[in-house]
Amino acid sequence: MTLSSRGRAVWDFHRQEQTRDTHALDVKMAAARGVKKLYGIGLHAIRQNASLKATTFLQQRAFRVNGALRQQPFDSSAEKPQFPGASAEFIDHLEFIQPNVISGIPVYRVMDRQGQIINPSEDPKLSKEMVLNFYQKMTLLNTMDRILYESQRQGRISFYMTNYGEEGTHIGSAAALEPTDLVFGQYREAGVLMYRGFPLDLFMAQCYANADDLGKGRQMPVHYGCKDLNFVTISSPLATQLPQAAGAAYAVKRENSNRVVVCYFGEGAASEGDAHAGFNFSATLECPLIFFCRNNGYAISTPTNEQYRGDGIAARGPGYGLMSIRVDGNDVFAVYNATKEARRRAVAENQPFLIEAMTYRIGHHSTSDDSSAYRSVDEVNYWDKQDHPISRLRHYMTARDWWGEDEEKAWRKQSRKLVMEAFERAERRLKPNPELLFTDVYDEMIPPIAKQRDAMWRHIQQYKEHYPLDLYEK
Amino acid sequence: MASLRSFLRSGKNAVSAVLRREFHGTPPAAVQVTVRDALNQALDEELERDERVFLLGEEVAQYDGAYKVSRGLWKKYGDKRIIDTPITEMGFAGIAVGAAMAGLRPICEFMTFNFSMQAIDQVINSAAKTYYMSAGLQPVPIVFRGPNGASAGVAAQHSQCFAAWYGHCPGLKVVSPWSAEDAKGLLKSAIRDDNPVVFLENELMYGVPFEMSEEAQSKDFLLPIGKAKIERQGNHVTLVSHSRMVSLCLDAAAVLAKEGIECEVINMRTIRPLDAEAIETSVMKTNHLITVEGGWPQFGVGAEILARIMEGKDFFICF
Repeated sequence: MTLSSRGRAVWDFHRQEQTRDTHALDVKMAAARGVKKLYGIGLHAIRQNASLKATTFLQQRAFRVNGALRQQPFDSSAEKPQFPGASAEFIDHLEFIQPNVISGIPVYRVMDRQGQIINPSEDPKLSKEMVLNFYQKMTLLNTMDRILYESQRQGRISFYMTNYGEEGTHIGSAAALEPTDLVFGQYREAGVLMYRGFPLDLFMAQCYANADDLGKGRQMPVHYGCKDLNFVTISSPLATQLPQAAGAAYAVKRENSNRVVVCYFGEGAASEGDAHAGFNFSATLECPLIFFCRNNGYAISTPTNEQYRGDGIAARGPGYGLMSIRVDGNDVFAVYNATKEARRRAVAENQPFLIEAMTYRIGHHSTSDDSSAYRSVDEVNYWDKQDHPISRLRHYMTARDWWGEDEEKAWRKQSRKLVMEAFERAERRLKPNPELLFTDVYDEMIPPIAKQRDAMWRHIQQYKEHYPLDLYEK
Repeated sequence: MASLRSFLRSGKNAVSAVLRREFHGTPPAAVQVTVRDALNQALDEELERDERVFLLGEEVAQYDGAYKVSRGLWKKYGDKRIIDTPITEMGFAGIAVGAAMAGLRPICEFMTFNFSMQAIDQVINSAAKTYYMSAGLQPVPIVFRGPNGASAGVAAQHSQCFAAWYGHCPGLKVVSPWSAEDAKGLLKSAIRDDNPVVFLENELMYGVPFEMSEEAQSKDFLLPIGKAKIERQGNHVTLVSHSRMVSLCLDAAAVLAKEGIECEVINMRTIRPLDAEAIETSVMKTNHLITVEGGWPQFGVGAEILARIMEGKDFFICF
């Protein structure tokens, strides 16, 4: 296997950065020789790998064999540790590594809190049209949240979760992805779906569980799913999506396409055991996957200092072998830049990335929560007034004369109108046909379920005056 | 030793209650208590009685519990006895099991039993089986509690009834209270029990008030695990149920009574060990049996009850 068999551009980039990849390649030649004697199975695999010389770059890169190849050649005469478990130097004095919480991983940002660009070379210089779209999607989401939260309070829907304060994390990351990238969410990523074009009518249909709902009325509100927009249906148990995303990314890798999997989760969900499995497996399987953590300060009432003692979620990444970064989640350009670069490299190099977007949950956890019980109004007000993704982007836009008071007034009116019209349509719409209670348990309806369905229809026929059939689609 | 102490204690209370009664000459005062408050009382009393008892789970401390069952307890007992955990059911169930093994008496709260699925290895392989597999060397005196079964419109992942799943496992005791009295007496017994107990509550029952007798209000009111209760006497048909469905059965019994059909409603109270004897005795009398539950029929609680009846020695005598 020679250097010429690799893509030149990627190789140059690697050489500068001294990634694991570079190191691995350097030693691969020596490893092939040195390791031969010791790893019987590895030997067979190495031979196989060597014979893949002629195949495409991606395939070779994608199906690297076991980690044995990464180790240095075994040489007992050298005064270096020869342990298979880690590559390191010896140290002769006792020293514990201190977890660095006081000055941890720095927060990458492009704009300051007033929307001014700090380092012009980091400004992605997106078109006016694109930036306006960011702004409109964030504010439309905000408006929809207000209306639907109210509608729960009025008993029109059973439950709702707002996204206040985190709009930047949704829009910035979604804009950096391709429409074909597969998204696994937790429950507070409606903006991603909105950016991709999920219509207001379908958001409302899911919350109202009416006949237009793609989910056939089977889920609690905000558990959206859309196959066409590559957004996997939200599932309630926390963090189950992390190992699932790793598995999906493995499948995507095998497709050899220009696709990535993105997995959103909160800093609280990262405490789940599944998160550990997800992180670890994404690294060992070498998948094109972006883990996107929304660190918003609270998991219901549990603040981060009770959730973990380390330096947030980003600091865990390197422990698993993940490329990691921490960004200002309220800076839509920082989120965009980080996601864009992570995506480019995840696809090119088939390795997972961890982005921790620091933000703040301005709203309550859900309609079942009253956060005034565990945090001060002053704290919430600070984030609402002084460090909000929507305000910061607006400052950026007004500084360039792309947006002003008139546009703001007109858009507020229009977005509210759009939401209210969708809301009214959703309210009037019929509920799904009761037949749909029985479908999709299996791919084909099995006889016992068909019997139950028939029994239900007979029962309804017999006691039709007790059932409000007019509210349901025929 | 523990049982002798509690016997003496209850004896003393009974005596003082009798004395009080004679002295005042008025009948015992019952009060209306919701299931939530009954659970809260049980937790409070057991935390007070035994220093080794502690509660852990998500949001149980300052938040007063996701469903407010642990209201006021953190304020009263502090961080050492009421512990908020990070979000990992597998993690905190494991921690609780470990604490039980080391001599504490944890109460591990799952926000709903649906999420106990993320911890089921700790519940089954570590809590349920350890006493047997360690040849009696390692008891695990733990209570797993939380809401079970359906709530209102919360979809499949928040609505499953786990009575049959946990009821399947030897080593576990599985309790499913209905009324406020059940909740209090059974939770106290569960906490005092040295075996791992799965305590299945119901979210829709939390706010329902029940009359609680003066005896039930006492700090030593215990209900035996493994004994069903006949909530309503009847001769024509036996309705067997647990948890919220007992309410449904009593409602149905009221409707049927108008048609001259008298139902005997049995509140199982415990899923494992199953009080098959109580059900058999009733069926011998009525010759008709309906089981009512919130779980799915296949391999369910009702299926087991029916199998036991049909396998019982008295089955053919019914006919």
